[in-house]
Parts: sequence; structure tokens; C-alpha cells
Amino acid sequence: MAKSKNLSDYQVSQSNGKVANVIIWILLSIWTLVNLYPLYWMVLFSLKNDTEVYTNKFGLPKEWAWENYKTAMRVGNIGRNYLNSIIVAFATILITLVAASMATYALTRIRWRGAGLMHKIFLLGITIPVQSSIVPIFVVLNKLKLRESYFAMILPYSAFALAMGILICAGFMTEIPKELDEAAYIDGCGRARVFFKVIVPLMKPAVATVSIYTFMQCWNELIFATIFIDKSYLFTIPVGIQQLVGTFTTSWGSVGAALTIATVPTVIAYILLSRRIQESFIAGAIKG
Amino acid sequence: MKSKKTDGLTVFLFLLPGLLLFVGILIAPLFVSAYYSFFQWDGLGEKIYVGWGNYKTLSLFKKPDAFAFGVPAMNAAVKHVFILAGLSLVLQLPLSLGLALLLGRGIRGERFFLSVFFLPVLISTTVIGRLWQKIFASEGLVNSILTGLGILKEPLNWLAESEGNLLLIAIFIPMLWQYVGYHMLLMYAGVKSVPKELREAAKIDGATNWQVDRYVVIPSMKQVLKVSVIFAVTGSLKSYDLVAVMAPQGIKTQAAAVPSTVLHDFLSNRMKYGIGSAIAMVLIVLCFFFALLINLLFRDRDAKG
Repeated sequence: MAKSKNLSDYQVSQSNGKVANVIIWILLSIWTLVNLYPLYWMVLFSLKNDTEVYTNKFGLPKEWAWENYKTAMRVGNIGRNYLNSIIVAFATILITLVAASMATYALTRIRWRGAGLMHKIFLLGITIPVQSSIVPIFVVLNKLKLRESYFAMILPYSAFALAMGILICAGFMTEIPKELDEAAYIDGCGRARVFFKVIVPLMKPAVATVSIYTFMQCWNELIFATIFIDKSYLFTIPVGIQQLVGTFTTSWGSVGAALTIATVPTVIAYILLSRRIQESFIAGAIKG
Repeated sequence: MKSKKTDGLTVFLFLLPGLLLFVGILIAPLFVSAYYSFFQWDGLGEKIYVGWGNYKTLSLFKKPDAFAFGVPAMNAAVKHVFILAGLSLVLQLPLSLGLALLLGRGIRGERFFLSVFFLPVLISTTVIGRLWQKIFASEGLVNSILTGLGILKEPLNWLAESEGNLLLIAIFIPMLWQYVGYHMLLMYAGVKSVPKELREAAKIDGATNWQVDRYVVIPSMKQVLKVSVIFAVTGSLKSYDLVAVMAPQGIKTQAAAVPSTVLHDFLSNRMKYGIGSAIAMVLIVLCFFFALLINLLFRDRDAKG
């Protein structure tokens, strides 16, 4: 293996890489297949009836069982899960954006003693595992009778997204020239006006990056959502999916339909925004 | 220009929303967890101080088969996440690095491949868990292919709780499948940040592509590799989703318990908040320890190089 690899690479420098390119292309195509086939197979079995799921594993369905999708929407209540996920995600993004951009402004654009240290402390939040908060928050939510509410998810999600939000905002905010602030002060603006009129309008790329990152975090979050939430009308998509097999014990077709319904919007969003989404993940990780 | 006093107030007001979230949900609970971990408490009645009792109950230092309260000893759960972390380091990261290097050579369809490889990262882990549960089912894809090719005579029972190691492999494979794209993307960004001139200069000096990767590209990717190693290790330690979805029975039994599922069990089913907190503390200490250790290892190499 190693030998043939060296050989093909040798040819790269010799013959401008035609043979090597073909080999690379084959390797990448194999991994593409490994990535896509399970998803294709999922859509496939979502359209098969209960007997075909077992008898016709690889082929196209002989009878297209579209009713699986109806069952998934009705019994699995995926629509409700969707609504919950959207409410939780948007509230989390809003809180994270407000808290992170304001904190970043105070940390990077106002000079005060301890700003640097405070900044570092906030960024430590990235390394704190969510598990450390579960028991105390569980206790407090129980006491406040807040366990069966969106807040039980929104507040923890925002808190755990905050550090990354500050990290990303700081990256963008330090790029904005300080002279802009100075000019605004000379015109008689206060700190708050400078923040809202000068800084916020220039932070659009950061807003997009933080939103995408936060969205992905809370859209897929499971551990808080399962431990804190018991009432099925508050289940988000991940919890709804986790509960599925109990609901339809043997109907894999309907499970497949539910999985497909949960996945298709993500895939569409990704096709539309792929570069943006990838950049958000890179920004989140590399600067950390 | 600005008076100190008003600035103090402005700073405080701007920091306030962030501070409330940060202190209220991250910092205070961290200390409260540490405090709870020394008490026996059901969440309602009196807290009884038990010293290190909860940590002893977790039997961290007994042999992995020891049971406490009918759940696996914490060290079995810790052993499982160590296995997952080890597998990630040995299989997942090299695969990601390979893909990133191949993509970084500038090949036709680069964007397409990159986007496809990253796709699984965005799909909900519970969806992936359910899908792979079906793939590993006795009549599923894996068994059909392996028996079809004659590698297996009988379909394997991957997801049975009696088959601890098989179950762990069945959980690791979707983990690998999902996150290879994530590490690949980070590493690809690292590969692309190598200046083109450097690459070309090495090529002119007669280096093969493989040598360019080995001696020019990889050494300049230390920062990215460090991030990937930290994410892979701490991510494995904290793993919950795939285990909870693919092996719900494993929470209560030995088979594939991980610290987070054991924590969930003590909290929701047994109302043992003290032990739950002790588990959380063990997990935090492990995460910080490994993050620091990895940082140190990479720093050491920087000094030598």
C-alpha cells in the first residue's frame, strides 16, 4: 500500500499528476459513497412497507409507501417537535447574540482594568462540559417549577453558546478600526449610541457566524433536553426521534420517514449555505 | 475624554446579560456540583454529609466488573469512553487528515467532496443513532453485506447488551462516520493556510507531493491538530447522544454505559443527586486533565521543533 502510494506521488511531479489525480479521485469517491449511501438507504426504507423493509433491502420499493410519512407526522408528532426546536433555537440565538455582542464590546472596545482577564475567564466557558451544570440546574428548575418550559432549554443553551459567541464577535470586532468610535465620540455620542449605531451595523458577518454556530448546537442538543423535559408537547426534534422506536415498535418504514423529515430541512439549508456554515465551524474551532 | 465613573457603569451594564448567564449557569453550578458531591441527597429531604462516600460508591478504583446499585461501576463507564477516545485518535483523526491532505492538493470537485464529507456533522446525532441502529440490526445493512460477502456465516447481534464489545464498536462506527468530516474541515483549513509559494518552492526542489505534505504541510498544522485532538478526546469523554439512542438498555447495564448515561440514570431514575454530582465532577476533572495534557504535549513539541 505505502509503496504504491509513493509511486503514484512520484508520477505527480513527473507527469503533472494525471494518474495520481485519478487515484485521489477514486479514494475521495469511495468516502463520498460511504457518506451518502446510508442517507440514501434511509430515504429508501422510509418508502417501504413493513414486509418490504425486511424482504427488499437494497432495491427501490415495489410499492411506494408514502403513508409512512403520514404516520410519522401523526403518531410521531414530528411537526410539533419541529415547532419546539425552532422556538428554542431562535430564542437561544437571540439571547446569545445580544449577550455576546454586548459583552464583547465591553471587553474589547472600552479600556478598563481587568478587561483582559475577564475576557479569558469568559473564554474558559468553552472548555466547561455541560454535565457540570446538569444537577444544580435540574434542582433549581424543579424548585422554580420551570422544568416543563422552553426556558429549561433556552437559558442553558444560551449560556453554553456564550463563550463561542464572544470568541467569534471579538474576532470581528477587533477588525473594526478604533478611529470610527473616536469620531463618534467627538460628535458627542455616548458608549451605547456608538455600540448600536456604529458597531452593530458592522457586525453582520459575525451575527451570521454566531447564529449558524448556535443554531447547530441547540438544534441537535440532547442531554439537557432529555433530562429536563418530560412533557411530550415540549420535545424538540432530537428527543422526539429518541422516543420514536417506543412509539412504533416494528414499523421501520415510519421511523425512516420521521428520520427523513427531520433531516431534509438541514440538508436543504446546507446546500444553500454550505460555504457560510463551513466557515462558521472553522471560525469556532481555529480561533479557540 | 470619558469620565472613569460612567465608564465603570457602562462596562457593567454591557457585561450584565453575559455575566448573568455565565455565572448563573456555568460557574455557580460548577461549584454547587462540587458541593453536592459530598452529600447524600434525593433532591427533596435533608442533605446528609458523606465525605468522599459518593466517590467511593462509584468504585472508581475497583475492578471494572464491580457493580454499585445495579449499575456499572463508574470505572467501566470511564473505560468505555477511554476506548472511544483511543479509537478516535487511532482511526478517526488519521482518516480525517488523509482526506484533508488529498483535498488540499487541489483536485477537480474539491468543493463538492468537502461539502459532502462535512454533511453528516450537521445531521442530528439522534437521527444518526436511529439510522445506524437499523443498519446494525440483525437484518440490517452491515449483516446483509457481511453475510452476502461470506465474511460472516451468521448475522451478528451487534446491539445486544450481552455483547459489550460489539455494541461499543457499533456505537463507535457512526461516531467516526459523523465526525470525520468535522476534523477534515478543520484540517483542510489548516492545509489551505499553507502559502502556495512554500508548496511550490518545495516542489521545485524536487519534493514529491507526499514529501510536501509530510515536511511542509503537516508541521505547519500543529495548532489545528491540537484542537482536533482535544475535541476528539474530550468529545469522547462527554459522549452521550449516540449511546443513549443506540443502546438505551446499556444505560442500566454494563454493556455500553458511559459517564453521562450513568449520570442520567442516577438523576432521573434513582434521585441520587449527590452521586450524580460526583459523576459530573469526575467527568470535569478528566476533561480538564486531558485538555491540559494535550496542550502540554503539543507545547513540548513546539519547543523541540
